Amino acid sequence: MKKLIVIVCALMMAQLAQAVIETYEFDNEAQEQLYYEIINELRCPKCQNQTIADSDAPLSRDLRFIVQQKIKAGETKRQILAYMQERYGDFVLYDPPLQPANYILWFSPLVIFLVILAIVVARVGRRKVTLEGESNRANQEKGE
Amino acid sequence: MIPELGNFFLIMAFINAILLGTLPFYGAQTNHKGLIQFAHKASTSIFLLMLASFVCLTISFIQNDFSVAYVANHSNTQLPIYYRISAVWGSHEGSLLLWVLILAGWIFAVSKFSKSLPDTMIARVLGVMGLIAVGFVSFTLFTSNPFERALPFIPIDGADLNPLLQDFGLIVHPPMLYMGYVGFSVVFAFAIAGLLQGELDYKWAKWSRPWTTVAWIFMTLGIALGSWWAYYELGWGGWWFWDPVENASFLPWLAGTALIHSLAATEKRAAFKSWTVLLAILTFSLSLLGTFLVRSGVLTSVHAFANDPVRGKFILMFLAIVVGASLILYAIQSSKVRSKSDYTLVSREIALLFNNALLAVSTFVVLLGTLHPLIVEAFTDGKSSVGPPYFNLMFSVFFIPILLLMPLGQQISWKKDDLPALLKKYVWWFLSCIFLGLLLTFGLNGFTFTDIEPMAILGTILGLWVIAGTVKYIQLQSAKSQSRLAGVRKISRSYWGMILAHIGVAVTTLGVVLTSYYSIEKDIRIEIGETVEVEGLSVHFKDFKNIQGPNYIASKAIFDVTKDDDFIAQLKPEKRRYNASQMVMTEAAIDPGLFRDVYIAMGEPLDNSAWAIRVYYKPFVRWIWLGAIFMALGGILAMTDKRYREKKLKKKASQEANTNGQ
Repeated sequence: MKKLIVIVCALMMAQLAQAVIETYEFDNEAQEQLYYEIINELRCPKCQNQTIADSDAPLSRDLRFIVQQKIKAGETKRQILAYMQERYGDFVLYDPPLQPANYILWFSPLVIFLVILAIVVARVGRRKVTLEGESNRANQEKGE
Repeated sequence: MIPELGNFFLIMAFINAILLGTLPFYGAQTNHKGLIQFAHKASTSIFLLMLASFVCLTISFIQNDFSVAYVANHSNTQLPIYYRISAVWGSHEGSLLLWVLILAGWIFAVSKFSKSLPDTMIARVLGVMGLIAVGFVSFTLFTSNPFERALPFIPIDGADLNPLLQDFGLIVHPPMLYMGYVGFSVVFAFAIAGLLQGELDYKWAKWSRPWTTVAWIFMTLGIALGSWWAYYELGWGGWWFWDPVENASFLPWLAGTALIHSLAATEKRAAFKSWTVLLAILTFSLSLLGTFLVRSGVLTSVHAFANDPVRGKFILMFLAIVVGASLILYAIQSSKVRSKSDYTLVSREIALLFNNALLAVSTFVVLLGTLHPLIVEAFTDGKSSVGPPYFNLMFSVFFIPILLLMPLGQQISWKKDDLPALLKKYVWWFLSCIFLGLLLTFGLNGFTFTDIEPMAILGTILGLWVIAGTVKYIQLQSAKSQSRLAGVRKISRSYWGMILAHIGVAVTTLGVVLTSYYSIEKDIRIEIGETVEVEGLSVHFKDFKNIQGPNYIASKAIFDVTKDDDFIAQLKPEKRRYNASQMVMTEAAIDPGLFRDVYIAMGEPLDNSAWAIRVYYKPFVRWIWLGAIFMALGGILAMTDKRYREKKLKKKASQEANTNGQ
């Protein structure tokens, strides 16, 4: 009896288990790689912070199916992402597009670094250091 | 009774924290011996009170006291005893209690191990930590009390601990991480006390360094454990997702790493004093910001803590007060701090400055990427996402120069050095690394020129370059002495710490790069008795059965994995269904190895006793965490350097500092 319960439970589980693992077939390896690349860059619009590759929500499943269909139909990555962006907004793109709203995001780190670099070179570069006298003073301070 | 007792201890700790956060400041100001002494006593008692409170909650869990709401929501009679104990910090309220306990532990440790500090300094340090304790104990007490009763309707059984958290990883990951987060409060307290005192000399840096290093060690291990746990428990084979909560722990780690380096310059050369103090303040502020992001739920994250806007507001207020007050203090006092600036463009000072600039900008990248969706939402109508493609690219931009410069930074002298001569020493080493890196990636690519990944090659070369650089460093250092062995012996323990930690960075880099570019991931359909080929591996589905665990039922499959007729491993992944929560979990099976992992996760059953499974082949994935272990060991060596074992060795140490210089 107990065994039967276990089996029944396992069957129920089979229906409820929503796994991310699917076995899509592709025409060639390039297509398959593109598929994984794309589903790992798209955010599941319905769930917490998850890619459609990792999410087991029904919507993600549908989106993966769409991606697979489009790849088999020969669409490029750009086309597929544009399609998704049109339907779900920028929110689905984990790779933020290069547009004015995102300029700060993409460029400010580099600008800040270059400014730091310029300041350092300007201030320290002009400096003249006499090694002997200075190092004596440094030693004196350390010796305290 | 016991929960009430726990609550009582918590209230006592709160009163204690208020006293600790006020009286010692007055004592230090007026040089009142009794009040200074009081700081030590209050430190001990706050620790004991928090410990008692924590034990009370633990007892409630062990006794399955479901009248306590927190226990009822996060435990269950079927839960094994060890998970009932770790469930104490399985969710918000309890983990906050652990947080405060750890803070009290740090306060106690500072009061015990700082005998050599001036009395007024230590009183102020403990006072600042007392104020932080006031904030966190009141947060626990007023918004997230774990001892609240679920009266009058006491549930018969608990709702169970989230199955994802029923795992060894959960037992150790949060305490480690909290040790790190809270540990940075010590150096923060030192910075504030130093500013109040107006003394920020090399002694200040010397006292702060070991404490910073200890916190950093815990943080390193905590993050690595979290990554390892995600890898084997979530069944996605991923080890880092750039999720806001992960970023929240990564931010103080990056800032803390920068702090360790700038403290070195401050201690040895009296350079960058005000920057170091600012960095100490920023590091702890990032810890608090991380707490805010995690607990408030302003960002959507896979780490779904039970969130509540009141809690978010409380932490945000606390963050604003801490950051605001310390920055004001910094603005007033830092102008009194004089740093020495007797160095040129080619010097170790500049190398450390570059290290700090690069790490600071990397921190900024992570912070910006994490907060950008919030900013966009606040100012426009749209919603946006920032994910791995952004972080991977931008982080690499600033991490590549760090790796490139690391070997040179180790070797360059203070004040002034000869760049061409320095570079000349490394030319052949660098060229060898390029050659080796090309060879290795060529080999991993299956000795073909198709699908060459430039980033993989670059990363491998840089990882090798850092290792070669440290070897060269040992060679150059030991060459100064008469014999090679004597020279190696002469390298001080803190330098060995640096060497080991830098090798750790290289090992982690190699792990990250090689796993990212050379992993194989394949979803396949497989029937019992069938054998499927996956990129050179044959996976044979040997057996399938249903089993019963302590609080779950599971389907278990057995796979034999072979490669070219050599048996590699038998893997037994499971698919579990937990009784209380009815949640389904994938238990991946992993055959670990130093050079590769084979990883199988079960998907769902298909027709005719067939299953969808996912097979991973992950080269060098262990190196990611192995590197973290090296970094932590390096930290341990550095903090146990005899310079910190005080007094008796004091004279000798200061002599050595002059000759070695770091």
